[in-house]
Amino acid sequence: MKKIFLFSALIIAAGVIVISSCNKDVVGRTDETPALKPVKTDANAGTWKPVLLAAPTDVAVAAPGATNTPDYIAQVNEIKSFQANLTDHEKAIVKYWSAGAVLRWNEILRELVAKHNLPPYQNADGTYPFPSANNPLAYPQFPFANPPYAARAYAYVSAATYDALVSAYYYKTLYNRKAPYNVDSSLNVLIPKNDLPSYPSEDAVVAGVSVEMLKLLFPGDQDYIQQKAEEHKRARIIAGANVRSDIEAGEALGKAVAQKFVARARGDRAGAAAGNQAAWTQLETDCMARGETPWYSLELPKRPPMLPLFGKVKTFLFDSLTAISLRPGPPPLVKSQQMKDETDEVYQQILHPTREKTRIVHFWADGVGTYTPPGHWDAIAAEDFIGKNFSEVRWARNMALLNMSLMDAGIVCWDTKYFYFNPRPTQLNPAIKTITGIPNFPAYISGHSTFSGAAAAVLSYIIPERATAYEAMAQEASMSRLYGGIHFKSDCTVGLTTGKNVGSYAVARARGDHADD
Amino acid sequence: MRKFLKLFTIILLLTVTGKVSSAQTDMDAIMMSKKQLCIGPMYSYSSWTNYWEDTLKRDNANLGKVSTQMYSLMAAYGVSDKLNILVGAPYVSTKASAGTLHGMKGVQDLSVFVKYMPIETEIGPGTFSVYGIGGVSIPLTNYVADFLPLSIGLRSKTASLRLMLDYQVGNFFATASGTYVFRDNITIDRTSYYTDHLIISNEVEMPDASNLNVRTGYRSDKLIFEAVLNHWNTIGGFGITRNNMPFPSNNMDATTLGASFKYTVTKQHNLFIVGGANATISGRNVGQATSFYGGLFYVIDFSKKGKATSSTKTAAPKK
Repeated sequence: MKKIFLFSALIIAAGVIVISSCNKDVVGRTDETPALKPVKTDANAGTWKPVLLAAPTDVAVAAPGATNTPDYIAQVNEIKSFQANLTDHEKAIVKYWSAGAVLRWNEILRELVAKHNLPPYQNADGTYPFPSANNPLAYPQFPFANPPYAARAYAYVSAATYDALVSAYYYKTLYNRKAPYNVDSSLNVLIPKNDLPSYPSEDAVVAGVSVEMLKLLFPGDQDYIQQKAEEHKRARIIAGANVRSDIEAGEALGKAVAQKFVARARGDRAGAAAGNQAAWTQLETDCMARGETPWYSLELPKRPPMLPLFGKVKTFLFDSLTAISLRPGPPPLVKSQQMKDETDEVYQQILHPTREKTRIVHFWADGVGTYTPPGHWDAIAAEDFIGKNFSEVRWARNMALLNMSLMDAGIVCWDTKYFYFNPRPTQLNPAIKTITGIPNFPAYISGHSTFSGAAAAVLSYIIPERATAYEAMAQEASMSRLYGGIHFKSDCTVGLTTGKNVGSYAVARARGDHADD
Repeated sequence: MRKFLKLFTIILLLTVTGKVSSAQTDMDAIMMSKKQLCIGPMYSYSSWTNYWEDTLKRDNANLGKVSTQMYSLMAAYGVSDKLNILVGAPYVSTKASAGTLHGMKGVQDLSVFVKYMPIETEIGPGTFSVYGIGGVSIPLTNYVADFLPLSIGLRSKTASLRLMLDYQVGNFFATASGTYVFRDNITIDRTSYYTDHLIISNEVEMPDASNLNVRTGYRSDKLIFEAVLNHWNTIGGFGITRNNMPFPSNNMDATTLGASFKYTVTKQHNLFIVGGANATISGRNVGQATSFYGGLFYVIDFSKKGKATSSTKTAAPKK
C-alpha cells in the first residue's frame, strides 16, 4: 500500500511540476512568419487590370526627389538614427510587419470582424436595437459584423488594396527610385532586399488603404487602426526598407484609391440591407402567397431577419441580372415527402452526434464572436499564401479575387434565402436541438456552403496543387451544417454548387487580369 | 470519498453551469483510517437561470434554465491514519431548458488527491490539525470544452496544492483551507478565437485559479453537519462581452454558501450517507447556480485484524 501511495504522490508531484512549469504563452500560427521574400517581384504589376480604377494613373503620384539630394540623404540618415538605438519593441514590430503588409492587415481586419460579430441584445419591449454608424461606440456598437457585413468588408478592403498596389507598382516602374539600401550600401537593412523600386512604398499603400476603408467599416476602432498604421509605417523606416517620402507617397496613394471604393460602398445599397418592419412582413406574406410555410426567427424574443436586403447589394464580379440568374431553383416544398425525409435526416444527425462530427461542426461554425466563414477562408488562404512567397501585389490580387467571390457569393446566397424564405429544420421539428447556434435567417441555401464553394473554386485556381484539399474542405464545411442540425442537405448541396458558380466568375477575371500572363 | 467531489465540483463550477462546491471533499478535515477503503456513488444537480456576463447579471431566454447532472464514483483509501489517497471520476450531462442548443454528456476528468496530516496536536481546549493536499486532474475523454455553457468541463489538466487547518473543541469544529490550482492550456476545435484580441491558434491559455474554503459545524463519529463558504477565483482571464458566448479562459469567479452533512447509518460504521446544498451568492462569468448533492458510501476494512469498526476517522480529539 505504501507503493500505491508513493506512486500516487510521485504522479501528483510530477503533475504539479509539469503543469505549473510549462510555458503557457500561446504562439499564433502566423506569429513567427518569416520576412516576406517574394519569389518574383512582379515589377510589371502596373499593367495588371484593376477592379475599380479605369487606369493605374487615376490617382496622380508626384515624381520623387532624386537620391543624391540633401533631402533624400537626410531621410536615409533618419533610418540610420533609428537603427543606432533599436529597442526590443522596434525589433519586434519590424519582424511582425515584415511578414507581409497584406497578410497583417487582413489579420487585423479579421480581428475587428471577430470583435464586432455580436448580435445586439434586445430592448426591454422585446424589439431589437440596430447599431448606428454615426454613433459607433454607443450600444449596440457599430457594426454588427455578421457574415454578409464581414464578406463585404473583406471584399472592399482587399479590392481597394489591390487597385492601389497596381497603381503603386505602375509608379514604381515609372519613377524607378531605388530602395534606400540600394542607394546607400552602408545602410543596415533588417528585411530581405530586392530590386523593386521603393517609391511609393507598397507597405504604406496597404496601410493607407486600410485606414481609409476601415474608417467606413469600423468607425469606432480608429484609435487601434491608426496605432497599427503608425507602427507599420515606422517599422518600414526602421527596417531600412523605405525612406519617409516613399511612405508618405504610398500612404497618400492608398488613401486616395480607397476613397473611390468608399464612394462605391456608400452607393452599393448595403446601408439599406437591414430593411424595416414593412419589408420583413412582406417577405412573410409573399411566401404564404406562394402557398409555402414562411421562415420565422428561432431566437427569443424573435429577432428581425439578418440583412434581408443584402441580396440587392451591388456585386463586384458580375452585374445584378447575372446575380439573379445565379439564384438556384426552389427548395423542396415544405409539405413534400422529400422535405419530410430531409427533416428526419437532420433529426437523425443530432440524436447521437459523434465526437468527430461535433469537431467538424465546431471547426467550421464560425458563429458569434468569430471572424465568420469568409474570414475563415481568408485565414486558410493566408496560411497557404505564406508558403507561396507571393509579392505584396500578388497577395493583394489573390485576396481580392477570393474576397470579391466571397462577397458576391454572400449576395447571391442572401438573395436566394429571402427569395424563398424557407424554414430551418428546427422550425419544422422542434425536437431538433443543434450542435451550434442557428443563424437568424432562412435556411435555403446554406451560407457556409455558398461561401465555401466560391472560395474553393478561386483558391483552386490560385494554388492548383491544393485543389483537391480545397474541394474537400468546402465539402466538409458544407456538410458541417447538416451535422450541426441547422441545415437540410439540399441547403448544403445546392449552396455548394451555387458558390462554385460564383467562384467561376472570379476565376474568369483572374484569367484576364494579366497577373498570370 | 466525498472528498474528491470537490475537484469535480470546481471543474463544474468553471463551466458556468454551476459550482456545487459545498460539502466534504479534498477540502474537509476527515481522514480514512489505515487500510480502509471507502467507496461509493455520488449524484449532484446544479442549475441556474441567471448568470454574470462579466459583471452584469442577466438571464437568457435562449437558454432558459441550464442544468448539470453529475454521477460520480469516488473512493478514498487510508494508506495510514495520516495519509489518504482519494480518487474520483464523474459522468456529466448538461441541458438548456429553452432555445435550440443541444446538451452535452460524457465522462469528464479523473482526479487523484493525496491528503497528508503531518500535525495533530492538542492546543488549548481542542485539537489542532494541519493537512497538506496535492491533486491532479486529467480529462478521461476528448470531450468538448468550447461549447459553454453546455460543455461538461474545461478539459484543462490541473494540479493543485492545498493547505488546510482544522480546530475542534468537543463536537464543534472549524476548518479553513486555501488552494492554488495550476491549469494547463487546452486545445479547442476551432483554429482561431477572440478573447480581447484575435488569437490565430487552437490552443487556449488557461489562467490559474485559487480557492478558499471555510467550514464550521458539528462533528461526531455519527454525524457531521456543517456550513460551508467557498470562493473560487480565476487569476486572470477575460470577461464575456455584451451578449457574447462564454469561453473556457474567461475570468470565472464564484462565491457559494451552503451546508452539508455526513450521517453514519450502521453501528459498524461502515455505511454512511452524505448530502448538501449550496447557492451562489456572487460571481463573474459564471451561472448563479443552486446545487445539491447526495451520496452513499461503504467502508471496507483491509486491515489484518478484520472487520471494520472504526469507520472514517474524524479529526476529533482523541481524549
